[in-house]
Amino acid sequence: METRNNWKAWLYLAPLLILMGIWIFYPLINAFIISVYENYLPLANNGAGQATGYTLQNFVRILNDQLFWKALGNTFVIALISVPVSIILALVISVALKSIPKLTGFFQTVFFLPYVTNAIAIGMAFAFMFHQNYGLFNYILSWFGLDPVNWIGGTSSWWAQMSALLIFTVWSGLAFKILVFTSGLQNIDKQYYDAAKIDSASKWTVFRRITVPLLSPLILYISITSMIGALKAYNSVIGLFGEELGAQPYSMITIVAFVYKFRSSYTDVGYISYAAAAAIILFVITVIFSLIQGAVSRKRVHY
Amino acid sequence: MEIRMKNLTKIFTSKNKKEVRAVDHVDLVIPSGKLIGLLGPSGCGKSTTLYLIAGLLKQNEGEIFFGDDEVTDTPPEKRGIGLVFQNYALYPHMTVRENILFPLQNLKVEKSEAIQRTVEMAQLVGLQEMLDRKPKELSGGQQQRVAIARALVKKPRVLLLDEPLSNLDARLRLQTREEIKRIQRETQITTVFVTHDQEEAMSISDEIVVMKDGVIQQMGEPQYVYDFPVNLFVAKFLGNPQINVFDGIIEKGKILINGMLVGETKLPNQKVFVGIRPEGFIVDKEKTSPFQYEIDLVETIGRDTTLIIEVEGNDGSLLDKKTFKAIVDAEHRIIPGDTVHFKVKPEKMHLFDLGGKVLK
Repeated sequence: METRNNWKAWLYLAPLLILMGIWIFYPLINAFIISVYENYLPLANNGAGQATGYTLQNFVRILNDQLFWKALGNTFVIALISVPVSIILALVISVALKSIPKLTGFFQTVFFLPYVTNAIAIGMAFAFMFHQNYGLFNYILSWFGLDPVNWIGGTSSWWAQMSALLIFTVWSGLAFKILVFTSGLQNIDKQYYDAAKIDSASKWTVFRRITVPLLSPLILYISITSMIGALKAYNSVIGLFGEELGAQPYSMITIVAFVYKFRSSYTDVGYISYAAAAAIILFVITVIFSLIQGAVSRKRVHY
Repeated sequence: MEIRMKNLTKIFTSKNKKEVRAVDHVDLVIPSGKLIGLLGPSGCGKSTTLYLIAGLLKQNEGEIFFGDDEVTDTPPEKRGIGLVFQNYALYPHMTVRENILFPLQNLKVEKSEAIQRTVEMAQLVGLQEMLDRKPKELSGGQQQRVAIARALVKKPRVLLLDEPLSNLDARLRLQTREEIKRIQRETQITTVFVTHDQEEAMSISDEIVVMKDGVIQQMGEPQYVYDFPVNLFVAKFLGNPQINVFDGIIEKGKILINGMLVGETKLPNQKVFVGIRPEGFIVDKEKTSPFQYEIDLVETIGRDTTLIIEVEGNDGSLLDKKTFKAIVDAEHRIIPGDTVHFKVKPEKMHLFDLGGKVLK
């Protein structure tokens, strides 16, 4: 009886498992293997690939590569700033939207538009908005009597470029977060807010002690997924800066951009192993971040 | 703290612009220190009245006073009320202790005093062992008591309970209603609770207020309202089984049901509804009384026997069938098919005019 049930279960799972095997598990394991190949050429031997042996040299070389450290630094700055900022903004906007029920639908659409628009196209629009002479951002700054900032021009500073990239990243990440938070807010029983009113709670207390804890499972979900998304930042850089990956070449390079740069030179000996090794490092970093978030959440998230 | 409502009206407007008067020009004085049950069928405006007292709903017209203090436009957090919600609305992420502490923290009560009051409250409701549990680790009755503790801890002027027992099972309901009565007696706080269950209201209230369609029908001590209903609605709403209502007629001081004499009155000749409480029937062993029916069903439970009489309507159709119930002493051995002669206890019989108003 039991074995027959097991056999059936595997049968039902088979389509998914086969697809996941081909598209997720095999590439993952393959990336590990490629990252330790020595002098690997993927297209040699009529496409079967050829390597002279196994080595950890790829990792050693990456850890001595200035460009990799730059990519790592940029990625961390993007992740550690854009994720909390966009979550807080999305929370505030969602709560504000809830207090104007008549316009909620309209604003939900407005805020959701970026989500269904191509990141590269938006990036180009943003690139123009950040233009030193004609851009919208400098125009707004001029209202406050501030000098125009050289955001992404050829001689712009690293911080100016990073600020532009962060503004773009936060803005384009808001849509989905607002969508999730507004629907989460709708699921919170109105009675808790009535009870809090009776209990003389101020608006800030209600937000801090009722809304945020009751949304905490969603906040955790959003923070983990958007942290993973931010660690994989690439689209935004290409969108805003083009293939130069910065106002100066590679000034805004991220880990994924680093992987991509070497992966695309796969005809050169060993380059693809180099890219694979960088990808593995990103994988490990992502796992560590997720574990930390999971550990923090065990104390703070209320289901 | 006495609660006074003057001319209180609340109108809800639905999406198709239809207006519903949930509370219609209510004048009501709730005496200080009493436990009052607001009673009525669903949609009668009793919960709306409660939320108007709480300030969570805004009245369209009228005034509310707590003692001499007008609170008509005071927001709920400044009214000094404790409210227990139907589903308790305990904050699920906070422990029992944090739930009870929450109002005190908001009122900036000094920490050591707040902790002491929390413990006192937990003792009052008998939950001192449960302070570190989360609401979902408690039974329904315990959650109810936490909600009462949270409402009382800030020493409110008025305690309001919305259908406090409706989410509990039958046994717990009996226990909890005793508990509410005890807590109210110990704290002497003016308490208003809403229920659709007449038995519940009658068993614990000092006074009940019966409502229908946003209008107060009658207010008074439960037994008084039961014994002297002002109209047919109140008479029907109180009592289980329901009062039996017969079409009757008064002729020359005689009360007749289908031509059978059931009693006498000084009222002038007219058509009336005759209401007889099920316990108002006495089996006439001598069989001299002209008030007689054939019995269709007999239910004997312990000391009481319920006789069920089915009477066909005027046109004889089954749809028009009426069922009457008489509760008599179990010593009468009556079986279905017997014809029983009844006498009626005069104090258990009420006469109503055709508009439903009681006749005296």
